Formats: sequence, C-alpha cells, structure tokens
Amino acid sequence: MNIVVCVKQVPAKDAPLAIPEGAAWIRETDIGFELNEPDGYALEEALRLKEKHGGEVVAVSMGPERSKQAIKEALAKGAERGVHISDDKFYELDPLGSARCLAAAIKREKFDLVLTGLQSDDHGFGQTGVLLAELLGLPHATIIMQIDAADGRLKLKRELEAGWFQWVELPLPAVLSIQSGINKPRYATLKGIMAAKKKEIATLTRAELGVTVSPTQRIERIYVPKKTKKTEILTGTAKEAAAKLVEKLKHEARVL
Amino acid sequence: MKILVVTEQRDGQWNRASFETLTAAQQAARATGASITAVVAGKSVGSLAKELAAYKVAEVLAIEHDLLEKYTPDGYTLALKQVITEARPDFIFFPHTYQVRDFAPKLAASLGRGMIADCVGLRYENGHLVFVRQMFQGKTAADVIFQGDAPWFASFQAGAFRGDQAETGGSAAPRNVNVDLKPEQIRTKPLELFREAKQAVDLTQAPIIVAIGRGIKEPTNIPLAEKLAQTIGGEIAASRPICDEGWLPMERQIGSSGQTVAPKLYLAIGISGAIQHVVGMKGSRTIVAINKDANAPIFEVADYGIVGDLFEIVPALTEELAKSK
Ligand SMILES: Cc1cc2nc3c(=O)[nH]c(=O)nc-3n(C[C@H](O)[C@H](O)[C@H](O)COP(=O)(O)OP(=O)(O)OC[C@H]3O[C@@H](n4cnc5c(N)ncnc54)[C@H](O)[C@@H]3O)c2cc1C
Ligand SMILES: Nc1ncnc2c1ncn2[C@@H]1O[C@H](COP(=O)(O)O)[C@@H](O)[C@H]1O
Repeated sequence: MNIVVCVKQVPAKDAPLAIPEGAAWIRETDIGFELNEPDGYALEEALRLKEKHGGEVVAVSMGPERSKQAIKEALAKGAERGVHISDDKFYELDPLGSARCLAAAIKREKFDLVLTGLQSDDHGFGQTGVLLAELLGLPHATIIMQIDAADGRLKLKRELEAGWFQWVELPLPAVLSIQSGINKPRYATLKGIMAAKKKEIATLTRAELGVTVSPTQRIERIYVPKKTKKTEILTGTAKEAAAKLVEKLKHEARVL
Repeated sequence: MKILVVTEQRDGQWNRASFETLTAAQQAARATGASITAVVAGKSVGSLAKELAAYKVAEVLAIEHDLLEKYTPDGYTLALKQVITEARPDFIFFPHTYQVRDFAPKLAASLGRGMIADCVGLRYENGHLVFVRQMFQGKTAADVIFQGDAPWFASFQAGAFRGDQAETGGSAAPRNVNVDLKPEQIRTKPLELFREAKQAVDLTQAPIIVAIGRGIKEPTNIPLAEKLAQTIGGEIAASRPICDEGWLPMERQIGSSGQTVAPKLYLAIGISGAIQHVVGMKGSRTIVAINKDANAPIFEVADYGIVGDLFEIVPALTEELAKSK
C-alpha cells in the first residue's frame, strides 16, 4: 500500500507568539517549530500500514525551508521519500488554495491512501483532508481512530461527539484525516536518523505545480483575544495564592 | 441577500447546535437585511421542518430521501449542492459539528467556493460580515472576510451563540425539495454507532471537578491532583491528551469528544484551554485555572487564576483546603 502523508510544521507548543501590529501572521523569528502533533499520529499510522501491507510512505510538506525538518523527521521514522512544496508565503493561502497546492503535488504520486492530521495547530482550518478528497475525486473519512485494511477496502472507526463512535467502510484509494490518540507514535532511532540523510526530498514550487489560486477568504488581522470574563489573578507565593483562592472560593464565589 | 442555515439531526433528534447557528444567522440577517432559509435533511423530516417553521425565518426546506437516512459525506454533499444551486443563497451557515466538518468543506469546494470554519463570532462592519475564528490553538483570534463570488460557507463553534435566543414567530410553511441521489454515488458505507466508555462515573452530576491537562507531565504526578480532588470533595477529570495516553479512562475526558459538564466549581490544572476542551466546561459556575503561561486561553474563561507552577501550587492549595476545613 503506497501512502502519502501530509505533515505540516507549526510553531512549538510553548513558543511565545508575537503579532506584529495589524498583521495576519505571527513573527517567525526567535521561535521554535515542530511537527504538527496530529500529523505525528498520521505518520505513525502510515508507517504501521506500510509495515503490514508493504509499499512506501511519502511525506509531503508545504512551507518555507524550515518545514523540511518535518519531512526529515518522517524520513528518520521510516518514510521512504519526501516532497517539499517550497513556499515562503504559504500562510497567505486560504484552505482551498492550500489544498490545491497539496493536491497538485499528491497527484504526481502513485498512491493508494492519503493521510492527513485532523487539524493544524497554527491555522487550525480543519479542512485540508476533506478538501484533498474532493480535489482528488476520492472518498474520505475524518476523525479516524482505527484503520483495518483488507481486499482494497478500509474499515474505519470514526469518532463522533460525546463519547460516541461509528464504523464506516470505504474503498481505496481514499483520503483519511487522523485524530490524535489513534496510536502511540514511535521515536526516531539514531539508525533511522542516519539512514534519513540518504533519502530523497524532492522540491517543488507553486509555479512548477502549475497552481494558480484565487483566494476565497482573507485573514484581515490576528490578535490576542479579548477576555469574555474578568479573571481575577491571585498573586504571591504558592502558599499565599492558594490561601487567597480558598478565601475567594469560600466567601466570594461560595462554592466550598 | 439570503442566508441558508443547514441544521443537523440524527434519527429525528436535533443537534441543538443547529439553533445556535440559527441565532447567528438571525443576527447577521438583522445587520444586513438578509432573509433566512432553514434546511433540514434526512429520510423523513416533516415534523422537524414544522418545528423549524416556528422560528423567525422566511423559508423552510425539507430534503427527504432514503439515501439521507444515515449520514454519508457523498450523500449530504450531493443533496445540498442541488439545493444550493436551486436556492442560490449568498451565505450558507452550519453548526461546526463533527458531521459538518466531515462534508461542508467538500461541498463548498465542489462549487469552487471556500469555507470559514469553526467561527466563534460574527460582526457587520464596513458593509460586510467579518467572521472571527481562533488560530494557534486559541492563543490568537483572527478576523476573516470572504473574497470572490458567493456563495460563501461558514460554520459556528458550539456555544459561540445561544440557541435559546433564536427568535421564534415564523409563519413559513415548510416546502419539500426533491434531490436526485443514486446508491452508486455514495462511496462510504455507514455502519453501526456505538459507545465505548463504560460510564461508571457520571461527571455531569459532580458538584466539583478537578481537571488535569498535559501540564501534569507524567502519570506518576496524577496522585497530586487526586489528593486535591479528595480534599475538596471533587471528581478527577482530564483533557484529551491525558485520556489518549491512557493515564485516566476516557470516561473522565471533558470536551467535545468527551463529557460536557457544568459543576459549581471547575479547577483546570495545566490545561491550555483549547476550544474543544472549553466547550465541555465553560458552563461551570466558577472556573479556576492554574497554569504557568499567563497567556493560556483558559484564563479567558476563568473567574480566578493562579499563574505559576502547578507542582508548587497544587500541594499548597491542598494544604490550605485541609487547614480551612
Ligand atoms: C475534533 C477534536 C476534538 C477534540 N476533543 C477534545 C476533548 O474532548 N477534550 C479535550 O480536552 N481536548 C480535545 N481536543 C484536543 C484539544 O484541541 C487540545 O489539543 C487539548 O485540549 C490540549 O490539552 P491540554 O490543555 O492538556 O494540553 P496542552 O495544550 O499541551 O496544554 C498544557 C498546558 O499546561 C501548562 N503547563 C505546563 N507545565 C505546567 C506547570 N508545571 N504548571 C502549570 N501549568 C503548566 C502549559 O502552559 C499549557 O497551557 C480535540 C481536538 C479536536 C481537533
Ligand atoms: N502546509 C501543509 N503542509 C503539509 N500538510 C498540511 C499543510 N497544511 C495542512 N496540512 C495537512 O492537513 C491537516 C489539516 O490541516 P488544517 O486543515 O490546516 O487544519 C494537517 O494536519 C496536515 O496533515
């Protein structure tokens, strides 16, 4: 089973985000980046399916030069090849434009399955997998918590709201969006990291892919959200803050 | 201008988020002078359509087809595409449910259009609607506007608008619309729905909840929070990653894929406050957040906050609570 897995690089979880006045994206200097967490689960699922059914795993990432690191991580864990869609201004793309670029690169591959994470931790569109399915003309399913493949079909466990699940079946080729927690992602071994150095990363640009995009939406600006509640921050040493909190909960909120 | 509101039902039961979206649409309609068409789809939805007609909308459409009895992305996309092509709305609003996120972007793309998903707010400004959504896991908000030609698609996060504020007083008679669907057009086969968690604890009944998140770092640290829970007489609960790791059973997960709770006191410890967590607890009467990051979004919904290291604060709090008894 040949699998394309989409991996995005996003600001590290604890990165302090600075927003230039009136900007639509964060200041990228001085912060660390990491693999989008859900994509780590998608990658792990791709590797396991390959190990079980044979084939290869190709990691595709779009973004500036730095995003090659997400591909390298995938290669170190066991993906065979990487495709980097080099784009310094990828963050200006709307969900459809972004998916069009990814779809154009994926179309060049011979694949049975495309896996994406459910949602990116930066844009958080939550749309890319579903859009890829439409653009590639394939069936899809999202919020996937288990994949069983047999005879060219997939049986999938989908998460629904409030603790419910559903089984669904669909034929290959297909596109799936993977939910966090589906598996326990492996760590890259030293051997894997060394082997990754010899693996191929192809580079493509939007122009080479022949994609022209006309945006359907535009981010006017991003900003730190306004608080909806007035939060009272209790200060002091741990002991002092704790004592103040107990006092407040007892006599002000009256919940103790 | 016309706004189409796509509601959601399963086996004749409403997804209540539908009415929150109706409120959003009514708000947009008041600002823009738009008319609202509400849509419900399924196998037999006549009585639901009648319920919708009681709301202040210009038109109610019922889409009935055997192949819409069980949700499939292909079935819903194909059916709604036909309705949209015929009704020609400018905007299509959805509740941001798991079902909607599974097909609405595809529906929009099948018409060559885009979607602004998971909106938490809506404003009318300088002659157009501005959609507010979160980015960077809730650390920033974004104002987003549509470009290009209508129709424009948007979905609204649970709790962003109040369903009980949807205005009634409508007089539209529901109208049935026919759609053309064939079994071979539907590529996914929906099978059974099931629950996994044993539900041995009912967190919805707990008056006090002590919830932990990834800030707890190791499962060996959980007793720290359990001791606090014991002292304060509360139940222990968690954010998703803690349950994903198997550190606590899934039945103790709070949020959109877990439980929705509204205790009199909710302590969020080492939880960042991602929207999927917050929708499950923001109805709590008093919310306390303990987090080392002063900018963590959880502080947006907290009544009281302590900015600092939970490994110092939680033991101190446990001690103070024990003392004050
Ligand atoms: C479709 C979908 C459904 C989802 N459903 C749910 C759901 O039902 N429930 C849910 O919870 N999530 C859900 N999520 C995941 C959600 O988006 C977040 O990823 C998750 O809630 C984050 O959990 P967290 O806050 O524990 O971890 P993180 O976001 O990693 O936050 C950890 C926090 O701990 C703080 N911290 C770290 N160390 C310390 C310390 N020593 N002292 C004090 N504070 C510290 C950090 O500052 C940070 O704010 C869902 C996501 C999707 C896409
Ligand atoms: N620039 C990108 N490069 C690679 N994969 C991406 C990119 N953007 C989105 N994806 C994939 O699509 C998923 C959902 O992203 P989003 O629709 O932005 O929430 C991510 O988890 C990735 O798997």
